[in-house]
Amino acid sequence: MSIPYERRSSAPVIEPVRSRKLAKVPFLELAEGRLQGVVSSGSDVSRVYVSSITAGDHGLSCNTNNNRPCGGLSGAFACNHLRSLLTEATLQYGAGRVARYLKIEVAEDADLITGLHPTVAANRAAEVFSSFLRHLSYLELPATTDPLPDLAWFPAAGAVR
Amino acid sequence: MLTDALRAQPTGLTEALALIDGLDDALVHGLARIDEDRAAALESLAEAFNGSPLAGRVSDSIGKIVSGTVTDEHLAALAGARSALLGAAHDALLGTLSGALGRDRLPSPPSAAGPVIVAGGSRSWLRELAIAGWRGVDHELASAGSPAVQALLADPAARRLAVLLDGFAAELRAAAPVATLERIPVRRWADLWSRALLLSQDGFPADPGEPVDGRFLLLGLDLHEHPTVFRAQAHGLLETAGGDVRLVRVSVAAPKVETITGPSAWRMLAGFPIFRAAVAEHRAVEVSGLTLTGGGDLIWDESRVTAGEPADPFATARVRLGAATAFSATPLDRHPAAIAEPVLLEGYTPGPDALDLGGVSLPIDTDRLPVAGPLTPALIAASTACIGLLRWDAGRWLVQPLAVQASVKKKAVAVHTGDWALGPLDAKAAKAEAVAGTAVDVLRERAGRLLRK
Ligand SMILES: [Zn+2]
Repeated sequence: MSIPYERRSSAPVIEPVRSRKLAKVPFLELAEGRLQGVVSSGSDVSRVYVSSITAGDHGLSCNTNNNRPCGGLSGAFACNHLRSLLTEATLQYGAGRVARYLKIEVAEDADLITGLHPTVAANRAAEVFSSFLRHLSYLELPATTDPLPDLAWFPAAGAVR
Repeated sequence: MLTDALRAQPTGLTEALALIDGLDDALVHGLARIDEDRAAALESLAEAFNGSPLAGRVSDSIGKIVSGTVTDEHLAALAGARSALLGAAHDALLGTLSGALGRDRLPSPPSAAGPVIVAGGSRSWLRELAIAGWRGVDHELASAGSPAVQALLADPAARRLAVLLDGFAAELRAAAPVATLERIPVRRWADLWSRALLLSQDGFPADPGEPVDGRFLLLGLDLHEHPTVFRAQAHGLLETAGGDVRLVRVSVAAPKVETITGPSAWRMLAGFPIFRAAVAEHRAVEVSGLTLTGGGDLIWDESRVTAGEPADPFATARVRLGAATAFSATPLDRHPAAIAEPVLLEGYTPGPDALDLGGVSLPIDTDRLPVAGPLTPALIAASTACIGLLRWDAGRWLVQPLAVQASVKKKAVAVHTGDWALGPLDAKAAKAEAVAGTAVDVLRERAGRLLRK
């Protein structure tokens, strides 16, 4: 008997993510129609780059947390931060999910960067950086012993298939 | 006989679920776009309440919604009607199961006044979602609940609603724009939406409970997770000082981020060393003055517990589970998907996807075998005994194994979901955990540098 996805309370929606080393790209997300994230600076521990690629038209943006434009990004040529962002997103979510979200068409197993048709996008550093800070703030919240009965709908992630 | 209960179809269940489907389908297209068919489905839902205390409010609210007026009050009545029908389905299913297991159950606890939380932001986002429908959820609407979630997270009394809304919002963000989504999780999102809406009402009742002393004996561990929470929930028996044996649950949960997942998520529960040791080493726990709620949740407090001697969960299940008394969920928590009934299964024939109980094939809930624990489909296929949770979803019973006794290379082994609570015992998983575990350190370091500026 096949069980219709539509009528399952426990229908899986978010594919489990793979864990990855976070030193280079501590944060990334597929949100608001962009792949966006934060890339550590190679030279200065207190500096990070805030990088994003829009879905569909592949608009690129890269700035420091102090809102200075990235020197490596020129027009339609992706800087190393954006390359790292895309590589790490592929590790975390799998190439298929990233390609679907950003609407990148490449041959199977090809590097997603080869499928970008980049344009210049508006600077989104402020929004992305505040999203990163909100992300970090979860680690500051206290644990709880409340029964949280609604978590019956959220089984812990199974193996990545 | 358990097999009879697993085959039984409670009277009226199909009809009740058909009414739920009608409402859920209206939420796919949005309450701003109710066509004749969907209006008829909603009106049948209202008719089902004829003669009940909810009749007036439900029929009035549905009438207004169909004619285009969607207020918070109407939506609360709609969610309440859905919850009442699913509550009845829950009672019918669990009643049949309890009878077959010979399990006594205490009545539902009386409700008490709940804490006052500020949930206006939540209600208005949920209203926008209902009006737009799942198909109308774009990136902007999916993210619009974020300020409400952040505000609720800051209030410990609102944690339950905050955790639920955050998990729901993450799914909508991942699925947006939903208009282009191949398949929509219709029942699931309606469940999450209506539970969140009820929790957002002023005066949602609480279940305060009473202090108890006794000994907690572990049966098995269940793990829950969404991008920003990791929760370990132990099912076990509480032997009270008065000599009662009660089937209870213990929950410890920690906030986290998406990249902390798998066995390394246990690191977020570092504040519960006694809980983790008791689960990993199967130790009985002496408890003194812990709160036990009327719904059967034992509220953990590390300062009021001591780990004792090892106690084999299979021995506990064989000797004590049969005579234990269970609790009943609070009225608004009743839902078929909330059923998680601990059972001991033996004498079955394991297959790749199901356990053959002699006449009934009980499917294995393989979506509930977490990577944060050592249980695998292969172990279950080699098992001779299983402690599991009976669950019900989409028209059938399933078993979620929490522990198995199995024969591996002619050696008898026992494997439990909670065995890795103090870190993976398997070398390969331990190495992966160490790599992923540094993620927690990296993020804390980044947080230290960037948050406090
Ligand atoms: Zn750059």
